[in-house]
Amino acid sequence: MNISYQIIVCGGIVPDPLQTLEPVIGANGPALKNELLLPHVLDPWSAHALYEAAHLARKFAGSKVWLVSVAPKAKLQQVMMTIGQRVPLELVAIDGPASGFIDAADVAAALAAAIEAIPGLDRSRLLVFGGWESASRAAGATMQMVGERLGIVDQFQGVDELSVGDDGALRILERIEGGQHQVSVCAGPPALLGWATGSLPEPSNNPQIGMQNMRAIMPALQKAKPAQIKGGARFQSVTLPKQQRDTSIVKDKPVEEIAREIVDWVVGE
Amino acid sequence: MDVDIACVGFGPAVGGFLTTLAPALAEFPSPPQVVCYERADGLGFGVSGVVTRARGIRQSFPNLDPAQIPMAAPVREEKVVYLFDPTGASRRSAGLRLADLVTRPFANRELQALELPWTPEFLHKAGGLVLSIGQFNQFVGEQLMMSGMVQVWPGVPVAEPLIEDHRVAGIRLADQNGEPGMDIRAALTVVGDGPVGPVGRRIDEHFGVPPGFQRNEWAVGAKMVIDLPEGVDLEPGTVFHTIGFPEPEIFGFFYVHPGRIASAGIFVPSWFENPVRTSYRYLQHFIQHPYLWRYLKGGRLRSWGAKSLLESGRRGEPWLVGDGYARIGEGSGSTNMLTGSGVDEAWTTGIQLAEGVIELLREGAPFTRDNLDRAYVARRRESWVESEGRIAENARDGFQSGFMTGMFGMALAGVTKGWFRMHGKPRPAHENLRSIEKYFSDRVPLGEIDRIREQCRLAGTPLHDLLMERSGWPPIPYDGQLLVTHQDALLMGGKVQATPGFADHVEFLRRELCEACASQVCVEMCSGEAITRKEGGAPAFDREKCVHCGACLWNCSRETDGHTNIEFRAGAGGLHSVEN
Repeated sequence: MNISYQIIVCGGIVPDPLQTLEPVIGANGPALKNELLLPHVLDPWSAHALYEAAHLARKFAGSKVWLVSVAPKAKLQQVMMTIGQRVPLELVAIDGPASGFIDAADVAAALAAAIEAIPGLDRSRLLVFGGWESASRAAGATMQMVGERLGIVDQFQGVDELSVGDDGALRILERIEGGQHQVSVCAGPPALLGWATGSLPEPSNNPQIGMQNMRAIMPALQKAKPAQIKGGARFQSVTLPKQQRDTSIVKDKPVEEIAREIVDWVVGE
Repeated sequence: MDVDIACVGFGPAVGGFLTTLAPALAEFPSPPQVVCYERADGLGFGVSGVVTRARGIRQSFPNLDPAQIPMAAPVREEKVVYLFDPTGASRRSAGLRLADLVTRPFANRELQALELPWTPEFLHKAGGLVLSIGQFNQFVGEQLMMSGMVQVWPGVPVAEPLIEDHRVAGIRLADQNGEPGMDIRAALTVVGDGPVGPVGRRIDEHFGVPPGFQRNEWAVGAKMVIDLPEGVDLEPGTVFHTIGFPEPEIFGFFYVHPGRIASAGIFVPSWFENPVRTSYRYLQHFIQHPYLWRYLKGGRLRSWGAKSLLESGRRGEPWLVGDGYARIGEGSGSTNMLTGSGVDEAWTTGIQLAEGVIELLREGAPFTRDNLDRAYVARRRESWVESEGRIAENARDGFQSGFMTGMFGMALAGVTKGWFRMHGKPRPAHENLRSIEKYFSDRVPLGEIDRIREQCRLAGTPLHDLLMERSGWPPIPYDGQLLVTHQDALLMGGKVQATPGFADHVEFLRRELCEACASQVCVEMCSGEAITRKEGGAPAFDREKCVHCGACLWNCSRETDGHTNIEFRAGAGGLHSVEN
């Protein structure tokens, strides 16, 4: 059976979480201090979606990957310089904010409109990927609304694994409570998958892919249309979570000692 | 893969090259394919900040509005400040102690500093810019990529040049995930990978170096980017150049960016004799000097970084061109150590090469040594980079005889435009080092040094903290905000990253030499505490902490086959910040 897919990955960008991030209330609502100074990365959920798409496309010849992204152009360009050399893709850029404080419905509408405008889409080969909790402050709403707007009823959220049977059926592992997976089988496209962490590795840098991608990425960025964001949500205030990440780099520490530290920390809380 | 022009490293030199080249490429019916590979994770990651006259930069961007570049500001106020020692721990020669005594009545007693009434002509940066090179490089990279004429790829370390039939035929990328690095074949390879870059060093090894070439003078530049506390309203563009503290040999700087952000840093030179010369510890003492602490107390560390600076200037100039390649930037010996300027010079050498390349492309001439010589080297020789580089060439030789002689020699060379100077023959970095026992003999008894050695061996830590405190330096009063441990600093401001899939880039060549090495300076001066002592054999290297400053390469005190016992290869990762 000849199988090939048109995989559309919805991928937003976020300030690099490795930087020191400090929330502030700006003139236009919540923001990060000196946000424009911060390097950005593909939102980690979306990154998993993109890498899964890349592996799937490589496995099934004739497949193609699109990346549809709502983000400030300059920052999206910077992100593309990293991922653009890992995954053969066509970029559909929508110039808009990526602060994480945009109404999920607005983001979904912009993404769905951009996907519908891609010429030559074949719904019998269409897979829409995205980050499970992306662009929704972990509510998991955005991808669901994208699917609804596109009329895709086979939707899977919190996906960790996708495999394709000989008959073309999609076998999908979704996260459920208790650290378990729900296994679903779907006859085939069109389907929408909101990815959790996936299970396949980040592809290596490949200069040839970069060279090939960049011929189309820059024109795509240049003609990016502004996103139609209505700004429906209004945030009164934003606070940091009580529990802060406390990271340290320690090598060769015995597991007993690590466990004891964690217990001490929990007890201390 | 075949391209027309392959560039190695995206620093100011290659930035200047590509900014000049890209607009001209459109005139060719089939524009040459130009690609640049940068080791760091992102464009502008892991580089430094600078106060620069920006002559070359303004040549490229005549209408440059600093407000368009985050952290950029015009230089507004500039002072040279002599810092007295408020701790009593600084090692000052008898001559310097006398000078301190004589000048102290003219100094501000509370601030323990003497502001010089003027900034010497050769040192000033009036009309220039305060920049974060990280932010500036991002600005440049964005413009270049949007032109569509060149491609700049971060996160791609270049392992070595491809040398065939005595010409450079391109570059080989570093191996990744067990797969051999790809060969990128190019008609012209532009080498801008800095003084510790593996491509430039391999070219020197293969093609040799010009007569008189030497690279004995180095420094580690270490810097903090700091959020100034509320109420400190220093004007952006305020610049202090400092001398005298924490040690006379260590020069410092402080400059203010917009948004109440400041950069403060020091240069620890290779002629400084302390064998436990960690820049981070000295930097902590530097920022606590009363002259600076009045602004910094209550501030917060945003990011931090360190890099090697090649201070040999024009004497470290390699063959600038050969068949198929050209050298630009710091690794080409462009840094001027009299004016304390490198970015502007590096950028300008990039412009000069680009102008030469455009000329050759228009002629349809190949990138041979002769053609590059007339099109690029001739431009460089006629420029201010060359004339000012010649004035600076021997200006710092006096430091080989001590701080006072060095300062006098520098002033003499600066004022007389290089006609007069103090003489001295720069020695390799490790020959300047005294043994730990000798250096600390006047302050720490031998038995105690042994005890400290053992204590540090068991703890796997460097000696410098204990030895410095035992010799009079006050402990650092950690506040968790600005004064943090070296390890904590690695986790701030973007943290240090090691991209998976690449091999260790620091290698100890002959382990028996390391085992017999009593000082292990590589451990003491490592800017990220990535090199640590271990039982027997060579020290351990942890690339997850390496900031790629390259100082281990030139600080190593053991020689093998004509170079130090450390190999510093191409590696990905390092400082993960664009604020430096």
